[in-house]
Amino acid sequence: MNDLIAAWPERIRAAAAMQTPLRIVGGGSKDFYGQELCGERFEAASYRGIVDYDPTELVITARCGTPLAEVERTLSEGRQMLAFEPPHFGPHATFGGCIAAGLSGPRRPYAGAVRDVVLGVLLLDGRGDELSFGGRVMKNVAGFDISRLVAGSLGTLGVLLEASIKCLPLPKAELTLVLELNETEAMRRFEEWSGLPLPLSASCWHANRLIVRLSGASSAIDEAKRRIGGEELHDAKTFWTGVREQQHPFFRQNAAGLWRCSVRPTAPSPDVDGDPLIEWSGALRWFNGACAGNGSGLRDWAQRHGGHATLFRGSDKTLGAFQALPPAIAALHQRIKATFDPAGIFNRHRMYPQF
Amino acid sequence: MLDPTLFAALGEILAPSALITTPEDTRPYECDGLTLFREQPLAVLLPDNEEQVVAILRLCHAARVPVVARGAGTGLSGGATPDKHGILLSLAKFNRILGIDPLSRSAVVQPGVRNLAISEAAALHGMFYAPDPSSQIACTIGGNVAENAGGVHCLKYGLTLHNVRRVRAVTINGDVVEFGGEALDHPGYDLLALITGSEGLLAVITEVTVKLTPKPQSARCVLAAFDDISKAGDAVAAIIGEGIIPAGLEMMDKLTISAVEPFVHAGYPLDAEAILLCESDGTTAEVAEEVDTVRSLLERCGATLIEISQSEMQRLKFWSGRKAAFPAAGRVSPDYYCMDGTIPRRSLAPVLKRIGELSKEYGLRCMNVFHAGDGNLHPLILFDANCAGDAEKTIAFGGKILELCIEAGGTITGEHGVGIEKINEMCVQFAPLELERFHAIKRAFDPEGLLNPGKAVPTLHRCAEMGRMHVHRGQLPHPELPRF
Repeated sequence: MNDLIAAWPERIRAAAAMQTPLRIVGGGSKDFYGQELCGERFEAASYRGIVDYDPTELVITARCGTPLAEVERTLSEGRQMLAFEPPHFGPHATFGGCIAAGLSGPRRPYAGAVRDVVLGVLLLDGRGDELSFGGRVMKNVAGFDISRLVAGSLGTLGVLLEASIKCLPLPKAELTLVLELNETEAMRRFEEWSGLPLPLSASCWHANRLIVRLSGASSAIDEAKRRIGGEELHDAKTFWTGVREQQHPFFRQNAAGLWRCSVRPTAPSPDVDGDPLIEWSGALRWFNGACAGNGSGLRDWAQRHGGHATLFRGSDKTLGAFQALPPAIAALHQRIKATFDPAGIFNRHRMYPQF
Repeated sequence: MLDPTLFAALGEILAPSALITTPEDTRPYECDGLTLFREQPLAVLLPDNEEQVVAILRLCHAARVPVVARGAGTGLSGGATPDKHGILLSLAKFNRILGIDPLSRSAVVQPGVRNLAISEAAALHGMFYAPDPSSQIACTIGGNVAENAGGVHCLKYGLTLHNVRRVRAVTINGDVVEFGGEALDHPGYDLLALITGSEGLLAVITEVTVKLTPKPQSARCVLAAFDDISKAGDAVAAIIGEGIIPAGLEMMDKLTISAVEPFVHAGYPLDAEAILLCESDGTTAEVAEEVDTVRSLLERCGATLIEISQSEMQRLKFWSGRKAAFPAAGRVSPDYYCMDGTIPRRSLAPVLKRIGELSKEYGLRCMNVFHAGDGNLHPLILFDANCAGDAEKTIAFGGKILELCIEAGGTITGEHGVGIEKINEMCVQFAPLELERFHAIKRAFDPEGLLNPGKAVPTLHRCAEMGRMHVHRGQLPHPELPRF
């Protein structure tokens, strides 16, 4: 085992023996996400570096503490990218944190989520055992898909030491269009476009403006532009970074909390005051806490429409950051957690109060 | 024999025609697509609704009787081989498409619906279901989910995992559970990823929501021939390195070409050492642009012949050879054994060379046909089951190929699953601690180990007995122990 992490298994075993909760820390950029933090800090950011990257393999392998920005820079030198366009939420975001948080950005509905690109992980679990699941190849169905289970598990299954993920070529061209449309008209457009092979790569509606990004071959973009219409947005990169990083003005009004609702894209709007910000062709809707009340109405609405509502940001998480799970699924979660972390030390209560 | 009490209880749930127990009637279920292994189950059950599945699983759970779920039985790794002490649960009657919603690009289907039938139904809306395993005309979506099936187009469109939104299933104790949903993500652990590719070990699937993809406007296929297989491998890397993700990127070696060409007349040059098929799809202009780039890359990589499909008929003709590779193997040899390993693309040439050497060592011919774009090999070992010792030699040769894939940094199965076929090689790919975690996951869903027992994950005892120990960074586990 690498010298940098040689002491980690022993520390984990000691914590497990004493039932001392450990809070895994990468760059700390997503500390706001999930339930409250609990336990001793377990610093993982020092274990960093890109282990393997060959653009012709479409795979990058990096250590958990590698800055996300470094991964993205390396890929862009190979004219590639992380297709799920992860939010950083701060300059210190790490590769491991990005996978553990499981959050994907504007390109998600068109190019896939974090979990879709995870190919393999090296994990240090709650027994201090180093475990390898998946691999560095595109197709691999040997054994249960533990590596994708780790994506979005919020560090509750172990310390992610290393991960291999699939990357994609940078699009040859991109273009962003702005259309003046109200919410109903925008939703109608999403529906109309859903049946067409358009090169959409991002969408955002707020305050009567629908903004869409097209990515791909320039000929395909030209053709799509003729069909979609609208005006070209010139500072598009800043705009999409703003949406991804929640620097868009909409996200500056969330002192009373921010709700993230992931629903069937065709779901009708819920009965709340104030404009939402809509992404993912209707499949992702953000609501200001001030408009959403205590959020239980939003949770009911999201559930009725095939999804769930997360209290993404907010100081009062008594209602729970995440939508409650049905009993049979919750029981499976507890047994899976116990498989990897029997003493329940890692990121205790970060996902659900039960573990 | 099936316990009479259980038989009587099952008779309360199922019509007599859905409860098959006589050996002559259970015989057709004795194997799946991996015919090297056969077993007769105690009974074959054919429920036609979820309540029946729940009731059956509860009864089997209470009686501690193993249950093996089966779709169309086209799997190639023995994942649906019956358990001789258990029942075989056929989902064949779950064959209805429950709904197609073009607005949310999804279809809700029962597990026994054939893969191709989904695309046929979605065609009305200008859409298709992207994963297309070779058996798509017959294989069912339930089996596709259980195996995380791939296909020719998964380089661009993803595996089953990337094209399934929701799975409804019944656990062994009769709980109805849903994984995933209609939204693009879900709270908690990604159990949808866990159930996909779980080879029937965790739950019995009763309903699936799949993602549909709008049909591309046009598609063209480039056929390129090479006088050296490593040049073809370089061409694959060059295409990917150029930032092109083709809709399909397939390679065939000389033996495959010579078996296929007289059979389908696809127009493959018989003197080539390897041919590549590279498909572009999208808008007409986009395809034209990509095909041009691919052509010049292939020229630069030393292709001896390049042909671009000029019509849909010609495109299908190019593909006809690739699609006929397996039947062609059956034509040139009494039996063949299809392997399925994945390796990093950069190892293509050395691994193929080593397979060639092994072929000579074992005295068995081996055709290589594979999804070059994602490094997924399908060596077809040609043998004669009536020739004494041939089958054993074939299995040993196949095992060597899989170990070769692991050595190259790859995996023993890219899309066919472990089943019973590759269970021994699992001991080589995974360390005992990792196998233990797999067993623990299995216990989290099925503590008594009744669903598809003996498949996918080997017992540590088996690994020790086989003498096949995982070598981790050059070190055997417990190096202090004497071994002989």
